[in-house]
Amino acid sequence: MRHLLSYPYRLFRFYYDGFRYMPAWGRRVWIIILIKLFVIFLILRLFFFPDLLKKNYDTDDERSEYVLDQLTK
Amino acid sequence: MIENVNPALVDWSRAQFALTAMYHWLFVPLTLGLSFIIAIMETIYVRTGNEAWKRMTRFWMTLFGINFAIGVATGLILEFEFGTNWSNYSWFVGDIFGAPLAIEGILAFFLESTFIAVMFFGWNKVGRKFHLTSTWLVAVGASLSALWILVANAWMQNPVGMVFNPDTARNEMVNFWEVLFNPVAVDKFLHTITSGFLLASLFVLGISSWFLLKHREEWLAKKSILIAAIFGLVSSVTVVFTGDTSARTLARVQPVKFAAFEALYDGKEDAGLVAFGILKDSEEKPDTKEFKDFLVRFEIPGFLSVMTGGSRDAFVPGINDLIYGNADSTVFPVTEKMKRGKIARDLLVNYKAAKMYNEKETAEAIKKVFLQENFVDEIFRYFGYAFLENPEDAIPNVSIAFYSFHLMVILGFLFVLVCFIALILVLRGTIEKNRWFLWIAFISIPLAYIASESGWVLAEMGRQPWIIQDMMPVSVGVSQISSGSVLTTFILFAVLFTALLIAEVSIMVKQIKTGPKH
Repeated sequence: MRHLLSYPYRLFRFYYDGFRYMPAWGRRVWIIILIKLFVIFLILRLFFFPDLLKKNYDTDDERSEYVLDQLTK
Repeated sequence: MIENVNPALVDWSRAQFALTAMYHWLFVPLTLGLSFIIAIMETIYVRTGNEAWKRMTRFWMTLFGINFAIGVATGLILEFEFGTNWSNYSWFVGDIFGAPLAIEGILAFFLESTFIAVMFFGWNKVGRKFHLTSTWLVAVGASLSALWILVANAWMQNPVGMVFNPDTARNEMVNFWEVLFNPVAVDKFLHTITSGFLLASLFVLGISSWFLLKHREEWLAKKSILIAAIFGLVSSVTVVFTGDTSARTLARVQPVKFAAFEALYDGKEDAGLVAFGILKDSEEKPDTKEFKDFLVRFEIPGFLSVMTGGSRDAFVPGINDLIYGNADSTVFPVTEKMKRGKIARDLLVNYKAAKMYNEKETAEAIKKVFLQENFVDEIFRYFGYAFLENPEDAIPNVSIAFYSFHLMVILGFLFVLVCFIALILVLRGTIEKNRWFLWIAFISIPLAYIASESGWVLAEMGRQPWIIQDMMPVSVGVSQISSGSVLTTFILFAVLFTALLIAEVSIMVKQIKTGPKH
C-alpha cells in the first residue's frame, strides 16, 4: 500500500524536479509554448477559425444538405 | 459551380494553407531524423559507458528539444483551416480522415509527449536502459505519427477504400487496409521519413563542420560527423530509391502531375529524363501557366520510359495526350472524363430531387448505383471533372511542378555526395583539414530545407486543380467566406510563424554557440 502511494508522489517529483531544474533554454521554450498555445487556442480558434458547418448548421442532416447543394449547383 | 467561386478566395485560401503547411514542415523533418540520430548516439553511450557520448547525446538532444517545442502544435492550425476555409472538402472526406488523424493524435500524445519527458527530465533519475528505451520510443513515435498524416495526404492524391454516400454527401471508409496500404501512402511515408532522416543528418553534419571551422569541440564534432555521414548516406540512398518508386506510382495514378514535372507535352516511346532544363513561354500558347517550351534541356535518353515502363519501348504519355487523348495509346481525353463526371453529378441531382419529392423507390435505386463497384471505378472517380469548364483546367502550373521537382532531385543527388565525402574524410582523419568541404557541409543545412520544401510544393501544386485527385477541385472544396477574412488570417499566420521561426533560430544559435555542457 505504501509502495502504491509513493508511486504518484514519485511521478509528481519527477515532473516537479524536471521543471524546477530546467536549464535557461528550457524555460525560454516553455514560455514560447505557452504563448503559442494561448494564441492558437484562445485567439485563433475562438475568433478566427470556427468550424463553419458546425457554426452555421445545428444537425448533420443540415450540413449534409448544404454540402450536397454545393456539389450539385 | 466553378464560375460562381471568387478566384481571390480560392487563391488566398490556398496561399494560407501553403504558408502554414510550409512553416509547419520547417520543424517536422528535423524532429523525425534527429530523434533517431540521438537514439543511435545514446545507444553507443549505454553500450560503451563512455561519458563523452552522453555529453554528445545531450547536446544534440537540446537542439532537438528546441525544435520540437517550437514546432509542436503548429500542425493543429492546418486542422483549424480544414474546418473554416475548406469546410466542403472536410465534410466530403470526413470519415476517411477521422480514423488516421485520431490514431495520430493518440500516438503523438502518448508516445512522444510521455517519453519526451523521460528523455529530458530522466537523466540520472531513471535507469540507463529505460532512458534509452524512451529515446527510441520518441523516435519511433514521431515517425508513426507522421505515418497517419501521410496516409491522409496520400488519400487526397489517390482516393481508395471508400464509397460515396449520397445521403450524407460524405465518403465513407469501407476498407481501412486499402487506405493504409494505398501505394501512394507507402511511397510517401518511406520517401518523407527518409528525407527527414537525411535533413537531420545534414543538420548534424553542418553544425559539426561549423565547430571544426571554429576549432572547437573537435572530438564531438568528428564523432557526430561519423554518425551523421553513415546515417545520412543510408538515408540519401534510400531517398533516391523511394523517390524512384514514388515517381513510378505517380506515373500510374497521377499521370498529369508526372508529365508536368518533366514538362513532357507530347508522349513518346524512348522518352528521356530531363536532367536539367530551363522553361520559356510557349510560342503557340504564350502567357499561360499550363503550356511551356524548353529554352535549354539536357536529357538522359530513354530513361523516363525505362523508369515508368521498364524498357525504352514503353510509351510515356505527355500532357497533350492526357488532356486531348491519344487513341493509339488508349489514353482517353479530359472531355470524356468531364462527361463521366457530369453523369455522376446528374445522378446526384436526381437523387436529391427523388428524396425531396419522397420518391423512395427511385432514391433507393440511385443509391444502389453509387455503391456499385463499376460505377465507382468508371464514373464516380471522375466526379470532380464535372466542375471543370475546359480540358486545360486539368493542367497544373507546369513551371512550379518542373522546377520544384528538378531542384529536389539535383539537391538530393548532391546530398548523397556530401554524405559520402564526409564519411571518407572522417574515416581518413582529414576532415578538419578540408575547410572547403566543411563550408559545403555547413551550407547544406539550408539547402536540405529547400529540397524538403520543394518536395511538398511538387506534391501539392502538382495535384492542382484537385484538392482530391479527380474527385474534387479546390474551387469546390473551399468555404464560401470572404476573401478579406482569409487575407487577415494569412497575415496573422505569417506574423506568428515568422516570430516562431525567429525564436527557434535565435535560441538554437545561442545553444550551438554555447556548445555542449554537462
